[in-house]
Amino acid sequence: MALSTASNFARPDDAFRLVVEAHRGLDDAQSAVLDAALVLILANHIGDMAVLRDAIALGKRRIAATVTPRQKS
Amino acid sequence: MSKHVTQFGYRRHPDQDRAPRAGAHHPVVVVGAGPIGLSLAIDLAQRGQAVVLLDDADRIGEGSRAICFSKRSLEYWDRLGVGRRMVEKGVVWSVGRIFHGDNQLYQFNLLPEQGHKMPAFINLQQYYAESYLVDRVGDLPAIDLRWRNRVAALEQRNDHVVLTVETPDGPYRLTAGYVAACDGARSTLRGLVGADFQGQVFEDQFLIADVKMTAEFPTERWFWFDPPFHAGRSALLHRQPDNVWRIDLQLSPDTDATIERRPENVRPRIARMLGHDQFDFEWISIYRFQCRRMARFVHDRVIFAGDSAHQVSPFGARGANSGLEDAENLAWKLARVIAGQSPAALLESYHIERSLAADENIRESTRSTDFMAPATRQEARLRQAVLALAEDTDFAKRMVNGGRLSVPSVYDTPLSTPDRESWAGGPCPGASMVDAPLQRPDGVGLYLSDAFIAAGKTFALLQFAGGPSDVAPAGVESIRIGDGEALRDSTGAAAARYDAQAGSAYLLRPDSYVAARLRDPTRAGIEAALKRASASS
Repeated sequence: MALSTASNFARPDDAFRLVVEAHRGLDDAQSAVLDAALVLILANHIGDMAVLRDAIALGKRRIAATVTPRQKS
Repeated sequence: MSKHVTQFGYRRHPDQDRAPRAGAHHPVVVVGAGPIGLSLAIDLAQRGQAVVLLDDADRIGEGSRAICFSKRSLEYWDRLGVGRRMVEKGVVWSVGRIFHGDNQLYQFNLLPEQGHKMPAFINLQQYYAESYLVDRVGDLPAIDLRWRNRVAALEQRNDHVVLTVETPDGPYRLTAGYVAACDGARSTLRGLVGADFQGQVFEDQFLIADVKMTAEFPTERWFWFDPPFHAGRSALLHRQPDNVWRIDLQLSPDTDATIERRPENVRPRIARMLGHDQFDFEWISIYRFQCRRMARFVHDRVIFAGDSAHQVSPFGARGANSGLEDAENLAWKLARVIAGQSPAALLESYHIERSLAADENIRESTRSTDFMAPATRQEARLRQAVLALAEDTDFAKRMVNGGRLSVPSVYDTPLSTPDRESWAGGPCPGASMVDAPLQRPDGVGLYLSDAFIAAGKTFALLQFAGGPSDVAPAGVESIRIGDGEALRDSTGAAAARYDAQAGSAYLLRPDSYVAARLRDPTRAGIEAALKRASASS
């Protein structure tokens, strides 16, 4: 897998908090646009199709697992 | 509205007097005298192949339709003897601008370098292109063009096709060795061979208006997302000859086309865009489109080219241009097979090469269309993010998709001989020839594309000075470039564009695509590549 899933931040709580706070005060539609912008900005920064594909696959697999409980084995 | 209709006459042909069981036989019948069928017929005729060309109508000029003709198409038409006329009448352009609201997001130049005979693009009403092609057909006795001849039935036999043709004088039959179906998006022949035509239907509707006016806009392609005069949708402005401007406006999927296309409803929209209403309508049309292709372009002895084989959305000028690439790909192969110079297997490479090109054109134009008309809310948000970020970031500018304009495909094809040596540039096997400026020893300038035409449009060996002079096999014309040769490269552009060293050689196919390239060409190496490119081995 090209994607690194090891913990890359020295202080992961700070990174999570930074993203959460970016959404404070936004309604769902505004948050969705912000997320869309962040995805594109970060995807371009990474600039690697294999990493992007792995990230999408990982995201989709986990999201599918949370919305369709039967897939949990 | 259009005043450019050209009427042609139906004439009874002696073939129609023959008994149905003894129909006349022709090696190749091309069905459909649109830009693709006309070009294919001219190409075949120039290769010495007699052609019967049938068309169900007897007029051209129902609206301007396809207007953007690519460099590649112009290079092809130049080989067919009509390139200069097209360029002289056409509006030459290479710059496009993309706007979001009132702001320009970016501009692009499709041909930033000098030294090419043909421009990046011309805009020319399809009726002019067709009428110049019909004039050219008139110069070529090998083409037998029959208006108001509609193919009504088709039967495939082992070694020929039987066609039943309807005319104002009633039906007649003829047989053909091969049939080229260039009969457009609503192809009758596609139905007659029982082929399907699947793909994606787009719900959004687009309004085309050709308006006549004197205007100060530059000769560029302007594309707007969410323009102030057409909120929430997209718009396109293009210049054509005769002070005619093509305006394309995206409409919502639920718009009633019959109401929207009425001039009294179109006029206020256009007036809002232009800021005045000093214009006349030449043509108004509303369309919805599909991106789809046939699974197979070759159905035994019936071969499909142009819109009959594939359809794309119009953003990217990939419709007529890809059809012309079909014609240039098919003509030399069909001529060789009919003349017995290559086995019928060569025709399979037409399907391989052009169906891959169709996939590429469909992929590119589908992406453009999806960007213009997002299918879901989140797609719309992603687009909103790209357009907003494009104001000040380079990466997002490059994601803004207002149409990716037609460039020739690079074929991944069994006809190519893979590179054995290292090349840092130049067209690879499967890519089309790149033009370059050259000089004759007397100083007169010409282009590499002229030298290719002069070589006779057969296989040609492009050789840079310093290599052996006796490696071109029989039937392969030689184009030699460099000091002491027939053609000079005084600017060095040809050597640079072909990454040439002393002796470097390119074997060009009759459609001017690269079949093979060799740093140290040998007769045996060229012969092997030639065999492969003509499907002879």
